[in-house]
Amino acid sequence: MEDKKSKRGKFLLEVIVLAALFILVQYLITTGLLNRYYQINLTLVVINIILAVSLNLINGFTGQLSLGHAGFMAIGAFGSVIISTLLGYPFILGIIVAMLAAAMAGFIIGVPTLRLKGDYLAIATLGFGEIIRVVLQNIDYIGGPAGISGISKMTTWPVLFISLMVTMVVIVNMINSSYGRAIIAVREDEIAAEIMGVNTTKYKVLAFVVGAAFAGLAGALYAHYFYIIKPETFGFLKSFDILVMVVLGGLGSTTGAVIAAIFITVLNAFLQEYAAVRMIIYATILIIVMIYRPQGLLGNKELSYKILKKIWSGKNASSTNK
Amino acid sequence: MPHLQINNLCKAFGGLSAVLNFDFYINKGELVGLIGPNGAGKTTVFNLITGVYKPDQGNIYLNGEDITGMPPYDICKKGIARTFQNIRLFNDLSVLDNVKISLHIYVPYSLATAFLRLPVFFKGEDEITQQAIKFLEIFGLDKKKDEKASNLPYGEQRRLEIARALATRPSLLILDEPAAGMNPNETKELMELINWIRSEFDLSILLIEHDMSLVMGVCERIYVLDYGQIIAEGIPEEIRNNKQVIEAYLGEEVD
Amino acid sequence: MLEFIQQLINGLSLGAIYALIALGYTMVYGIIMLINFAHGDIMMVGAYVGFFSISILGSNIIVAMIFAMATCAILGVVIEKVAYKPLRNSTRIAALITAIGVSLFLEYVVLYFLTAQQRVYPDSAFPLHKYHIAGLVISNKDIFIIVSAIILMIILQYIIKRTKTGKAMRAVSLDRDAAVLMGISVDKTVSVTFAIGSALAAAAGVMIGLYYNTINPLMGIIPGLKAFIAAVLGGIGLVPGAMVGGFVMGVLETLVSGYGSSMYRDAVAYGVLILILLIKPTGLFGKNTGEKV
Repeated sequence: MEDKKSKRGKFLLEVIVLAALFILVQYLITTGLLNRYYQINLTLVVINIILAVSLNLINGFTGQLSLGHAGFMAIGAFGSVIISTLLGYPFILGIIVAMLAAAMAGFIIGVPTLRLKGDYLAIATLGFGEIIRVVLQNIDYIGGPAGISGISKMTTWPVLFISLMVTMVVIVNMINSSYGRAIIAVREDEIAAEIMGVNTTKYKVLAFVVGAAFAGLAGALYAHYFYIIKPETFGFLKSFDILVMVVLGGLGSTTGAVIAAIFITVLNAFLQEYAAVRMIIYATILIIVMIYRPQGLLGNKELSYKILKKIWSGKNASSTNK
Repeated sequence: MPHLQINNLCKAFGGLSAVLNFDFYINKGELVGLIGPNGAGKTTVFNLITGVYKPDQGNIYLNGEDITGMPPYDICKKGIARTFQNIRLFNDLSVLDNVKISLHIYVPYSLATAFLRLPVFFKGEDEITQQAIKFLEIFGLDKKKDEKASNLPYGEQRRLEIARALATRPSLLILDEPAAGMNPNETKELMELINWIRSEFDLSILLIEHDMSLVMGVCERIYVLDYGQIIAEGIPEEIRNNKQVIEAYLGEEVD
Repeated sequence: MLEFIQQLINGLSLGAIYALIALGYTMVYGIIMLINFAHGDIMMVGAYVGFFSISILGSNIIVAMIFAMATCAILGVVIEKVAYKPLRNSTRIAALITAIGVSLFLEYVVLYFLTAQQRVYPDSAFPLHKYHIAGLVISNKDIFIIVSAIILMIILQYIIKRTKTGKAMRAVSLDRDAAVLMGISVDKTVSVTFAIGSALAAAAGVMIGLYYNTINPLMGIIPGLKAFIAAVLGGIGLVPGAMVGGFVMGVLETLVSGYGSSMYRDAVAYGVLILILLIKPTGLFGKNTGEKV
C-alpha cells in the first residue's frame, strides 16, 4: 500500500511540474520575454522530441531498423496542409488526417517490409522513404518540388504542449503494459517470442504504425509553424537526423530520446552560425560518439528518480564533506 | 486418441534429409523421451512440432486437430510450449518480465485501456505480476525476480526457461536438453521437479536428453533417432538392450 | 530494334561504372557486414583527384586514373582504421551511423575547401571521337570505360581466385573466427578489401568525370545509392552479383530515360530496390541461409 501511495504522490508531482512548465512558457511567450529565435527553437525541440520518441518505439523498443521515418513526417505535413490550406477545413481535422494518413502509410509499407530482417529492412525503409519524397515531388496538386507555401501558423505553444503530452502518454503507456513487453520480446528474440505466443509480425506492424502516426503529427505541427513545406525537406537527411537523436539518447530509452532531441536541436541552433563547417563538426561529433559510446547516453535504461537521487545526493555529500 | 500424433514427418534442408518418415505419438499424461546421437535431428523434430519449420511432408495432430504448418504463436495458444537447446531467454529483461511475456496470450485488458490507464489495466497488471511470481516460486527464482535474466547462473537460466514455458499454461511441454551442463545432484533435482510439474499441471512431457540417467530414470517410453529416422521405440529396458541403439551411439562391435 | 541496341550500348558504359562502384560495396559488406555509406563519396574524391591530376599535373587519363586509385585506396584504408575498426564488435546500427557520418564528413570537407563550384574535366584529356558502325553510334569514351572496367574486373577476379590475399578475403567473409584460427590476419585482410574497393570506386569516379564532364562534392550520393542497389540486386556480398547488378542497373536506367520519362529515372532505382527486397532479398545470385534454431 505504501508503494501505491508513493506512486500516486509521484504522479501528482509530475502533473504539477508539467502544469507549471506549461504556464511558465506560455507566460514568457505572451509577455514577449521569449523572443522569436527562442520560440522557433522551442518549437523545433518539441517537434524533434515527438519524432525521436516515435522512432525510438520502432528502432529501440521493437528492434526494427527504420531509416525512412521522415517519409511519414512528409505524409503528415502534406496531408494536414491539404486539409487546412488547400481545402479550408479546421486545423484539428488536418492533424487527425495527418496522423491517420501516416498510420495508413505505415501499415501499407510495414506489412511487406517488416518480413525482412536487419540490414534488408533498413534499406527497404530507406527506399520507401525516398520513394515517398519522389512521389510527392511529382504531384502538381501539392506544388511539385516547390511544395506549398502560405500555410497559416496554427502551431501555438498550447498545441505543441498538448501534442507532446499525448505522444508521451500514449507511447510510454504502451511500453509499460503487456503489449509493450510483447514488443520488447520481439526485439530480444523473435523466435522465442513467437514460441511464447507473440505474433511478432503483428506487433512489429503495430509499433511501426503507431510510430508513423506520431511522425505524421510532427509533420503537421511543422507545416503549420514554418509557413512553407517542400518534399526535399523530408528526405533521407531528415530521417538520419531523427535516427541520430534516437541512437545518441540510447536505443530503447524514451527519456534518452527526449534528452538527445533537446541536445541535438540546441546543437544545431548553435552551429547555425558556423554554417560552412556545421556539417563537418556535426559529422565529427557523431563519429566520435559512435566510437566511444555506441550505446548512446542511457543505453536502454530510463532516467529514473533513483538515478536523479543518486546524482543529487552525490552532489550534497561532496559539499558537506570537510 | 493420443495427445500428440505425428505421421510420416519429413524435412530436408538443401539436399540433406534432416528428418525422414518420423512417426510418433504421446498419450495424455505420458512422459516420453527422444534420444539419439548428436545431429540426429531431434531438435529439428521439436522445431517442426512447434512451427518454427514447416515440414515437407507429413502431419502433426494435437488432440486430433491438424496443427501442421501453423505459425508458432498459434501452436502456443493451442497448448504446446517448449524450451531451447541453447537458452533463448529475453536477456535484457528481468526474470519476472520473461515470465510475464508468456502470460501475454491471456492479457486481461485491451491496448486501448492500456493507453487510457483505466482500472481494468491496473487490475490486470496486478494479476499478471502475481501469477508470474507464482511460477517463479515453483522454480525457486522469485527472490531474483528483478535481476536481469542474463545475470543468472547457468542452471537458474535453464530453470527460468522452463518456468517461462510453463507460464503459457500448455497441455504438452517439450523440453530440449533441460539438464545440459548440470551436475548429478542438479540433474536429480530436475528429475523430481519434472515429475512434480507433470502431475501438478496435468501435462504430457516430451524431452530430448543426452543424460541417460535422467532419460532411463524418468521416461515411460523412449524413441531413438539416428540420421533423422527412428531406429527404435519402446520402454527403457528394451532401448537399453537394443543392438542398433548401442551401435548408433558407440559404433559397431569389433569381432 | 536498332534504337534498342543503341540504348543497350549507351547503358553499358553507365553499367560498367555502377559495377565498379558496386564491387566496393559488396566486398566490404561481405567481409565486415557493413553498408559503407561513404563509398559513393570515395568515388567523388577519386573524381577530384583525377581532375587535379589532369588539370594541374597535366597527366593523361590513364595516369590520372592510377593516381586516383592509389589515393583512394589509401583513403579507404585510413577511414577503415579510424572509423570502422573500433566498431567491429559493436552493434550494426552504430557502424551504420558512423558510415553515414564519414559520408557527410567527406562531402562537407570537400565542399568547404573546394566550394560547390563544379569542376569540368578538360576535353583535351580525352578528345571525343564517335564511331559509326552498322548504324550504331559508339564513342571512344564508351570503349575506354567499358574496356578499362572489364580489365579491372578481370584483375579483381584474378586476385580473389588466384592469390593468397584473395583466399584470405574469401575466408574472412565466410567465417571470421575460423579464419583467425587459420592464422589469417583479419585486420590486414579487411584493409586490403577496403583498398581494392576504394580503388575501383576511384576508377569509376574518373570515368564519370570523363563521361559527364562535370564533378561536384555531392556527386557521390545518387550514383552511390544506385550502385548500392545494384549490389543488392546481384546479391550483397557476392562479387559476380555486383558485376551483373551494375550492368543491369546501368542498362535499365538508360532504357527508362531513353524510352520513358527522365523524371522518374531515379525512382526506377528505388523501385528495383523494393521489388528485389520483397521478391528475393538475397539477390539474383544469393542463397537463402535460414537462422539455426
